Amino acid sequence: MSGLSDAKSVSDPQDPREELPEHLAALRAFALSLTRNSSAADDLVQDTIVKAWSNIEKFQAGTNLRAWLFTILRNTFYSDRRKRKREVSDPEGTHAATLYEKPAHDGRLAMGEFVVAFDQLSPEHREVLILVGASGFSYEEAAEMMGVKVGTVKSRANRARARLCELLHLEEGEDILAEVDRNSAAVMGRSGVAAA
Amino acid sequence: MYEDMADDNSKASIREQINENLKRVYEDALNEEVPDRFKDLLAQLKAKEGSK
Repeated sequence: MSGLSDAKSVSDPQDPREELPEHLAALRAFALSLTRNSSAADDLVQDTIVKAWSNIEKFQAGTNLRAWLFTILRNTFYSDRRKRKREVSDPEGTHAATLYEKPAHDGRLAMGEFVVAFDQLSPEHREVLILVGASGFSYEEAAEMMGVKVGTVKSRANRARARLCELLHLEEGEDILAEVDRNSAAVMGRSGVAAA
Repeated sequence: MYEDMADDNSKASIREQINENLKRVYEDALNEEVPDRFKDLLAQLKAKEGSK
């Protein structure tokens, strides 16, 4: 009956560090969202693990461990970025270019185009969109992780979405009709000449 | 009024598509294999802790 708990042979169930392996994939996905580069993401995850390990006494038991780890990761990312702000983020081409070459499906937003646009966003915009739009955190949790107010998270997410639409040319209507009018005018012009 | 509704619908649809794509970007990254170096690192940290 107690098979499940028995199977989980942890040396110290009180130590949240035992749970770190469960969060590695999420940490790496978040790191990729911020850096858009695999090796930079891996370095960031490595630093995060070491910091989390040695500062585990600062983690409040019963709170969200993943949120705590994400906070360490994003703070590390931004402080590294401040330290070497002139460094080129992705000199060898984007992580995305190799990973997301997927064809468009049923005329909806093509993934490839989307990823190119996503890469062009600032890390702050990518961060807020991934936290509230994809990784399942609430605005409140995101606000705590980002160290800002909930209203700031909402307005930043809106600006990030607007910028994404702009990059995807989603707000400018395609001027197809004008093109057709010009062509038909030309045809009519020609036939007009022929008739004359 | 009908046009306004159509406009709202298309905005909602764009928003929905953006959310879907964001989830996919994240999921794709999530589904990548976690490099062994992290499991090794955790094992090392744990060993160091144990030897204290």
